[in-house]
Amino acid sequence: MSETEVNPTISKSTGLPRKRFYRARAHSNPLSDSHFPVPISPSHVDYSFHYPQLFPSSGQADSSKRIQFADVGCGFGGLLISLSTLFPETLMIGMELRDKVTEYVKERISSLRVANPGQYQNVSVVRTNSMKYIPNYFGKGQLSKMFFLFPDPHFKEKNHRRRVISPFLLDEYAYVLEVGGIIYTITDVEELGDWMKSCLENHPMFEALTRKELVADPVVELLSSATEEGQKVARNGGQTFQAVFRRIVPSDQPS
Amino acid sequence: MDSEPKKDVEVAPALIAVHPDQCSVAVAVGQHLRVFDLAAGDAASLTDDSDAVAFHTDNIRAICFGAKGKLFVSAGDDKTVKVWSTQSWRCITTVSSEKRVSAVAISNDGNFVCFADKFGLVWIVDLDPPSRDKKPSPLLSHYCSIITSLEFSPDGRFILSADRDFKIRVTNLPNKPLNGAHQIQSFCLGHSEFVSCLAFVQGQECPEGLLLSGSGDSTVRLWNVDSGALFDTCEVALKAGLLEDNGKAEEHGHAVTDICTVLDGLLVAVAIQSLQGIILLSCNVSEKTLSVTKVVSVVGEAFVPTCLGSSPSTGKLWMVTGVSSLPGCSYPALARVRVISDIDIEQEPVVLGDDNIPGGEKLLETLQGTASVDDNAFLAAAEAVKTAMCHLLIKKQYPSENRESRKKCRNDRKLKG
Ligand SMILES: C[S@@+](CC[C@H](N)C(=O)[O-])C[C@H]1O[C@@H](n2cnc3c(N)ncnc32)[C@H](O)[C@@H]1O
Repeated sequence: MSETEVNPTISKSTGLPRKRFYRARAHSNPLSDSHFPVPISPSHVDYSFHYPQLFPSSGQADSSKRIQFADVGCGFGGLLISLSTLFPETLMIGMELRDKVTEYVKERISSLRVANPGQYQNVSVVRTNSMKYIPNYFGKGQLSKMFFLFPDPHFKEKNHRRRVISPFLLDEYAYVLEVGGIIYTITDVEELGDWMKSCLENHPMFEALTRKELVADPVVELLSSATEEGQKVARNGGQTFQAVFRRIVPSDQPS
Repeated sequence: MDSEPKKDVEVAPALIAVHPDQCSVAVAVGQHLRVFDLAAGDAASLTDDSDAVAFHTDNIRAICFGAKGKLFVSAGDDKTVKVWSTQSWRCITTVSSEKRVSAVAISNDGNFVCFADKFGLVWIVDLDPPSRDKKPSPLLSHYCSIITSLEFSPDGRFILSADRDFKIRVTNLPNKPLNGAHQIQSFCLGHSEFVSCLAFVQGQECPEGLLLSGSGDSTVRLWNVDSGALFDTCEVALKAGLLEDNGKAEEHGHAVTDICTVLDGLLVAVAIQSLQGIILLSCNVSEKTLSVTKVVSVVGEAFVPTCLGSSPSTGKLWMVTGVSSLPGCSYPALARVRVISDIDIEQEPVVLGDDNIPGGEKLLETLQGTASVDDNAFLAAAEAVKTAMCHLLIKKQYPSENRESRKKCRNDRKLKG
């Protein structure tokens, strides 16, 4: 009969995947070794798998079109869903470490594709450890936006190196971002907010957006409203701390 | 990770380095650093003004000559990096690392030493002005991957770092590297197993040099460091007839352990696990291709080299095999040195006998610790190195059910403890 009977993880009323079947451990240790496939290089990323309607035949992909937005630690994918219709011409991907959460986002996207023909074709998700494999997915200057929304705080000093924003990881993010590309971060943990901001301020390849630029950017308001975590914080009336920076050319250019 | 037999991991392969003008040859095995002065025809006597009892107190993991032969550096599991003057063989600087050291490199101008620790962090030390103790500054990081090799590009523009996650990172060396090297030039991606070694070939057509890398995937690859583009892949084990065409009889049995350019890069010597000898590749710098020229076998004894060295202008390749310590072996630090001479495009290379080796018996006594060693010990040594390398560099893929039960076991243990 109908698919929903076969698949109890899909809600009958909404046709969307039910979150409770995709619950997972709250935190994963990003330092432990991976058990998922990793593309050998950005040219090995299978665009026809992620965006089948836009890349119908595998192998001979339209090389001009590349992924431009990355939502790192995308969780249940709320931001991607909002961005998908706001930037229908842009390819975007969520990167998520937890297996079940990734499966949930996959289901969510395919349900939306079925329910809204022609839409949500530009969005996908991949299970990976972004802290290790960003360069396997994106080439130099490929991305125009990167998102780090409500990342895990890792409070203990000795666990700071597990944080997704760190001075060294910013080197890699600067590499995959085009000059002028923007990195968006937000958290409800003040200490983490200070940390992310100071990492970005101290990095020679990033500069803060001005207040005016923040107001003009339609994406900024999504940071606190579009994701599941953001909505939870808002429901509880929590404060948020954001840092939005632009990739710039460093002044100490090697000669 | 924690359930691994510790002994295997702690076995360290013997290392060899040759002075660029072949003034001296150094061998490291276990914690022992041995240097033979070829010009003087005698063992060099190393001195260290610090009151340390031994130069190194644990396995040495990396050695190299640098700065056109003026400096030498040694480092390893004892978390110290020692920089030596090759004039006096005096230790001019000792650097303490927080973690064990896996790779080292000296900048071409001799101003900087870089080393990688076992967390994947690369540190830089300014040698100017010289002083006995130096504090390192963090330079860059591979996120929690073991860095297997560090190399400065010949033109000094880049520092290259290779890791067990199949990756080679090319980073611009800034004017003030003590503030970190943030600008990544490229990633050279293509290997499908750990990258074990890096080397540069230079030619008149490309003074900036082409990069060579060897890997656990049994290939040697040629790269453009500026763009990270792959020029050529040479399936060395397959091409040399060590593998059947249909692939892997013995998994990881033919990992490339070391590569070394000979004759100013016209030829490249490749050491492979399980191969008693080396493979010679020729690198066509203008066509940007690699091809197998010949296999040079070492006959008459079980000799699988763990490390290669050469001074660029001579047609000689120095090879060492051995390990730090083998359980149940009467030699605490086993090393055997062999030399291949007359490596040339036209000539037939010759594996020199012990009586023809430069430096003669005295050199062998110095570098091996003894003039003659029991042959059988080396087969065991080669096996031990192979196992240790696999444990260190190959990521274990547990089937998922298996993984769950492992987790459970660990939790059980925790509860009881
Ligand atoms: C607190 S959640 C926030 C999710 C989402 N951005 C939101 O705002 O709702 C953080 C997410 O990051 C994921 N994560 C943590 N470390 C990661 C890593 N190294 N690579 C990919 N995802 C990671 C976690 O699994 C988790 O789903």
